[in-house]
Amino acid sequence: MSASSGYYIPHEARWPIVGSVGLFLFFMGFGSFLNDGSLGLPLLLIGAAIIVWMMFGWFSMVVRESEAGTYNGQVDVSFRMAMMWFIFSEVMFFGAFFGALFYARQFSGPWISGDGGGGAAMTNAVLWNGFDYIWPNNGPGKIGDGFAFNQGFTEMSWFGLPLINTLLLLTSGVTCTIAHHAIKDGNHEKMVRWLAATVGLGAVFVACQAYEYYHAYHALGLKLTTGIYGSTFFMLTGFHGFHVSMGAIMLFFVMLRGMKKHFTAENHFAFEAAAWYWHFVDVVWLGLFIFVYLV
Amino acid sequence: MSAYDTAHHDDHDHHGPAPGLTRWLYTTNHKDIGTLYLWFSLLMFFIGGAMALIIRAELFQPGIQIVDPMFFNSMTTMHAIVMIFGVVMPAFVGLANWMIPMMIGAPDMALPRLNNWSFWIMPFAFTIMLSTLFMDSGGPAGGWTLYPPLTLQMGDSFAFVIFAIHFMGISSVMGSINIVATIFNMRANGMTLMKMPLFVWTWLITAFLLIASIPVFAGAVTMLLTDRYFGTSFFSAAGGGDPVMFQHIFWFFGHPEVYILILPAFGVVSSIIPTFARKPLFGYDSMVYATASIAFLSFIVWAHHMFTTGMPLAGELFFMFSTMMISVPTGVKVFNWVATMWRGSMTFETPMLFAIGFVVMFTIGGLSGLMLAITPADIQYHDTYFVVAHFHYVLVPGAIFSLIAATYYWIPKWTGNMYDEKLGKIHFWTSTIFVNVLFFPMHFVGLAGMPRRIPDYSLQFADWNMIASIGAFGFGFAQIIFVWVVYKCVRGGEKATDEVWEGAVGLEWTVPSPAPYHTFEEPPPLAVINKNHF
Repeated sequence: MSASSGYYIPHEARWPIVGSVGLFLFFMGFGSFLNDGSLGLPLLLIGAAIIVWMMFGWFSMVVRESEAGTYNGQVDVSFRMAMMWFIFSEVMFFGAFFGALFYARQFSGPWISGDGGGGAAMTNAVLWNGFDYIWPNNGPGKIGDGFAFNQGFTEMSWFGLPLINTLLLLTSGVTCTIAHHAIKDGNHEKMVRWLAATVGLGAVFVACQAYEYYHAYHALGLKLTTGIYGSTFFMLTGFHGFHVSMGAIMLFFVMLRGMKKHFTAENHFAFEAAAWYWHFVDVVWLGLFIFVYLV
Repeated sequence: MSAYDTAHHDDHDHHGPAPGLTRWLYTTNHKDIGTLYLWFSLLMFFIGGAMALIIRAELFQPGIQIVDPMFFNSMTTMHAIVMIFGVVMPAFVGLANWMIPMMIGAPDMALPRLNNWSFWIMPFAFTIMLSTLFMDSGGPAGGWTLYPPLTLQMGDSFAFVIFAIHFMGISSVMGSINIVATIFNMRANGMTLMKMPLFVWTWLITAFLLIASIPVFAGAVTMLLTDRYFGTSFFSAAGGGDPVMFQHIFWFFGHPEVYILILPAFGVVSSIIPTFARKPLFGYDSMVYATASIAFLSFIVWAHHMFTTGMPLAGELFFMFSTMMISVPTGVKVFNWVATMWRGSMTFETPMLFAIGFVVMFTIGGLSGLMLAITPADIQYHDTYFVVAHFHYVLVPGAIFSLIAATYYWIPKWTGNMYDEKLGKIHFWTSTIFVNVLFFPMHFVGLAGMPRRIPDYSLQFADWNMIASIGAFGFGFAQIIFVWVVYKCVRGGEKATDEVWEGAVGLEWTVPSPAPYHTFEEPPPLAVINKNHF
């Protein structure tokens, strides 16, 4: 809170403007790609490559400065606050999709089937006559049945792969914490070992998710386009899977830095930031497991 | 007064700005970045203003005269997007950049490189957004609220609109994180939370609102994108979703967004009025608590934008009462400003004129807001020009007036020169007269039933529309005076003293005018802090 003697102000940096150009090309390319523009995909890939280059460059610069002992305690606190509030913003992002799930299940579904008073019964009789609401559903239009009209889809069971995934992530939270205790004892080798286990568990989780998606598309007839159930299922688990991948990449780079003995028992914020992020995706998964799979 | 913060400059490696264009591209200096934000928003102000004048030119007379209806609709949509995301938000971030470090005795923002990125996203994001106007399918025309299913029917530029919003959102969230970290972590010793100027307090709370609401907006527009391009059914009843669900998610962001636009304005006015009334701010603590209450309430009132969607009665009642509750903390603020002026030794320099204009006219907007909060009344007012009158009263003589007031108030500190007081007063009176000519008649045509976002209207609305259009052009051209005053002040003028205003309180007035490139490289002494707060 207080200003320690001697502030640290970083020197100028070119990476932000590189990042802006990268994002600009990425978004322009993506927008063009979605509209079947021929330049879309190349632009998108160039943009993505520039963003990755920017992240390497920017993070390397910060790591170099940190290793050179440029930063003081105040900078450390600023980094911590930034990471905390960044994770909070991510929580709110997931909140929008959980909100959509709850709203669809509690309100719009029953209303389309005529429950809930007001004009709902009339709406059902006139517009969606005969539609009876049960979750999971893909709406009165049976949207996304694809190959055969009226052929249903099979919902995702919580037992089996999702339960295994839950255990994988919870275990990875434990291994991550063991790694944290290791570095707090100044033990780099032990930290790297347990971080490797954490990243490995994360990778297995992502692989299981990929298998589950394959299974859903090919065996269960459940797709992104399968009405509201498919939309909420794939968007929630998809964004979560993306965040797990990002978290695993963060932990992987922390592991590489651990191999180079970058950390000390007192000073290992990079590890903690990645670990916070990892626990965050863990908690989001528990929400998914309960509300998407279980109930 | 300023000896302690200039003495240490010379022994630094990089004490001045880098030469040339790269100074602005690579800068990590909060004053440079603040300046960039302010110039950017001034440019966008005239772009968004030109769009408003196209709208008012078309509405000068009934019938379709100048633009085709599709373009008219994309003007109303783009005008809102530009003014909200391109003018008011970045302008307040610019003020935050310039003023917060100086107000809390910090050398810079907590994360200066992130700060640079937050700004340098904006020109790129708005290039994407504005480029949609030149695409074959035209710009977004379904209203800035992007309601499905209408907005999903727009052409190919839809994807670019969504991505531009994502892009701006990244900037807003990073900027807000930076502001929160700066206020919590960079305050000088002795600058306790309850000694902070109200501008810092209101920005702290605004930054929380941004971090909590912008990602929800990002989620909502992502769902629009997948509904449009990837076949999801979030907002399609046939697939089990609901178009009204978008409105709920959107306004969960949208209502806090309204306070994002106005809370920093409260902070500006709370800084200016005590200076020119030469009295401490009345009820400092209650101002802080009122700001926090408004921020909390802003998350539980969103569905008052949706009274006509057929919500259950319990929902309508809840959102009506929660909305009306906002008038309590807002009333606390207005009464505090008035009480600050009560028996003060008042003078009426330009910043004070704009601040008083803010208090009076923002209150008019607040009162019409109360009318709109009443569900049965709102069913009449919904989507009429009454709503347009309401939110323009809180945003133009509200947010925009506070930005202008802030510029007049702090520009001597930024440039070291006094602005032209006579031109400033002319600017105030022309703006104030024309802004009322422009927006007050909208109350009348709105209550009489004129719908918003329609390029044509029934004959009985003709007179008031013509008057409003005259007011619009008058207000628009009056802003050229503002640009002229700012330009003159940057180029030269009477030298400003360090204190600038007799009776101004705050650390920013203890540093030289113009403020040196780096201020508070050593934190200000406790005695200075204790002497310079209310």
